Amino acid sequence: MKKDININVHHLTRVEGHGNIRVNVKSGKIEKCEWQVPEAPRFFEAMIRGRHYSEVARITSRICGICSVGHTLASIRGTECALGINETWQTNRLRTLLKHAENFDSHILHIYFLIAPDLLGAPSVFPLVATHGEVVARALKLKRLGHEWGAALAGRTTHPTTAIPGGFSKLPTEAELKALKEKMVAAVPDLEETIKTVASLAPNIPAFNRPTEYMALAADDHYAVYDGEIQTVLPDGDKKRYSIQDYKSVTNEWVSPQSTAKFCKNRLDSYAAGALARFNNNYEFLHPNAKALAETLGMSPVVGNPYLNSAAQLIEVVHAVYDSLEIIDQLLSKGINSEELQKPTKYSTGAGAVEVPRGILFHEYTYDKEGICVSGNCIIPTNQNHANIQMDFDALVPELLEQNKSEAEMELALEMLVRAYDPCISCSTHFLKVEFVN
Amino acid sequence: MGKPKVGFFDFASCEGCQIELTNYGDAAFLELLNHIDIVEFREAMSEKADQLDIAFIEGSFTREADRARLEEIRNRSGVVISYGACASTGGINALKNHQDDYTKCVYGEDANMPHLNSQKAMPISEAIKVDFQVLGCPMDRTEFVNIVSHLLHGKEPVVPNHPVCVECKRNETVCRFDDGDHCVGQVARAGCGAPCPADGIPCEACRGFVDDANEEALKKVLVDRGGLSMARAESKTRMFTANLRSDR
Repeated sequence: MKKDININVHHLTRVEGHGNIRVNVKSGKIEKCEWQVPEAPRFFEAMIRGRHYSEVARITSRICGICSVGHTLASIRGTECALGINETWQTNRLRTLLKHAENFDSHILHIYFLIAPDLLGAPSVFPLVATHGEVVARALKLKRLGHEWGAALAGRTTHPTTAIPGGFSKLPTEAELKALKEKMVAAVPDLEETIKTVASLAPNIPAFNRPTEYMALAADDHYAVYDGEIQTVLPDGDKKRYSIQDYKSVTNEWVSPQSTAKFCKNRLDSYAAGALARFNNNYEFLHPNAKALAETLGMSPVVGNPYLNSAAQLIEVVHAVYDSLEIIDQLLSKGINSEELQKPTKYSTGAGAVEVPRGILFHEYTYDKEGICVSGNCIIPTNQNHANIQMDFDALVPELLEQNKSEAEMELALEMLVRAYDPCISCSTHFLKVEFVN
Repeated sequence: MGKPKVGFFDFASCEGCQIELTNYGDAAFLELLNHIDIVEFREAMSEKADQLDIAFIEGSFTREADRARLEEIRNRSGVVISYGACASTGGINALKNHQDDYTKCVYGEDANMPHLNSQKAMPISEAIKVDFQVLGCPMDRTEFVNIVSHLLHGKEPVVPNHPVCVECKRNETVCRFDDGDHCVGQVARAGCGAPCPADGIPCEACRGFVDDANEEALKKVLVDRGGLSMARAESKTRMFTANLRSDR
């Protein structure tokens, strides 16, 4: 059937930051199919110039309120690389525990508050208070665990205080770590219920397959979230490693002739970052309980349905809890030692990367001999996903037209696709360009 | 009177203050919903409302193009509250206000593209009338509830006008200067409970300055007692407070 479709979603709801979806179909022919981002730019790389290294992470943390722990850690890793600071074993363990907290916290927020309403047919979480009260209460309880978990390590989760270059300005006590462990163990029943809820809703997740290149941190012996090198995996399973210091030649920003947005690409025309990318790269290192959930959900790498990013987030929620229980045991077996902050051994340029909830995040800085920041660069996962979202649109819209979907159904399918990526647009203003359609 | 209808809005910000709302946990958040009716909140819900009793606005006013959206919110809201440092003082966004090359620094040859146009980062009150403020980066969750509670009881919220040092003394936190560090808590507006010095990092006045802060004395203390160079002392007084300096 030759039909006209006009989708114009201005300021898409239930995503972080502002984004628009524009699709115009005339007589069955697609004239426009775009994902656009009109967020106000904020200029962080300019603002950190002239700042002492001890202040830089506290500024770049403010790029994003949801992933401020990740921005802090990526910033610290970039700064420590530039300053020749090596972290201690204890610091590595505590920061990994902190990184797990953020991924758990953000994934719970995304799954329950931003995704579940679509799957339960509600416009937001608030009507669910009346209809699914126990689900909302459970969501808030788990959300609080994520917050308390991060706060136990970093002072607070929105713009952490204690995580600084060289180590921690204040360490958690052994008693606090034991209390945290007890809270995690006590949350297992809620976690099991969450798995049941999501498994029951999984059939509502749209079927759509567009395998792409998947980029994530990777290591030889663990599911990398805080350390490791860059790795990508292709749809056929071929994996390739890169040094973090080479991040620019892996992210390869380019200007597309059909769009004003700068895109990223590596081995294929676009790549994906995020929970699904980590799952596809590092599946073998997931905790057995997380692997068991993947099996229940019928997921094994390489998964090519971007809507399943939310399912991969839940798998990571399970992994974060069980891996963290092991990390706490490691720390308690050695005892928490008060350690002096590690001091700079040089002043140069260095890049750092961590896995924030939405994918791999790069920060790079150059410092002068007084430890003052001369320049910086941040490449955020939502930007890296931008080209991939656009290419998903390009593949999905013809499929939806073929299936003779109504305008409303198409709009929901596209909104759900964007939400599945969990875009963090406040973060991502750095490279995005917008064309306003009249 | 029924439950007041409340909306949340965001401009140039990290949206961390609205994340703080989700950090109350189950009991406090569900209790809050017993007293207010959240009818518009783009990040969390698809529904929209016409009239609002209270509008909470997060983020700075950085583009003339946003003025119309702010006026529209003002016109349909009984009370407008700016929440968080970005909305209340310009916060960290104002760190670019004394620079003239920030667009070129970040966007290079694309700097002249129209949508990258960004003016000085200003508080929301620069564009529309703001009735109350919730300060801080991020805002303090307890203070937010206190202010909502005051309004529900028909009381005017009170924002402290004493320095963060008072709170450190009350907490028996060792002074950052005595620990070989520096701090701007002596002129920073209190109300947060002074978590940063207690966590071993300096206060950077994310809640702004107390009334009539003595900038020159602050810089002198940062140099004499904190051992900072004058250039660093200068930049330190700009961290979250560029719009509150005498040279803004």
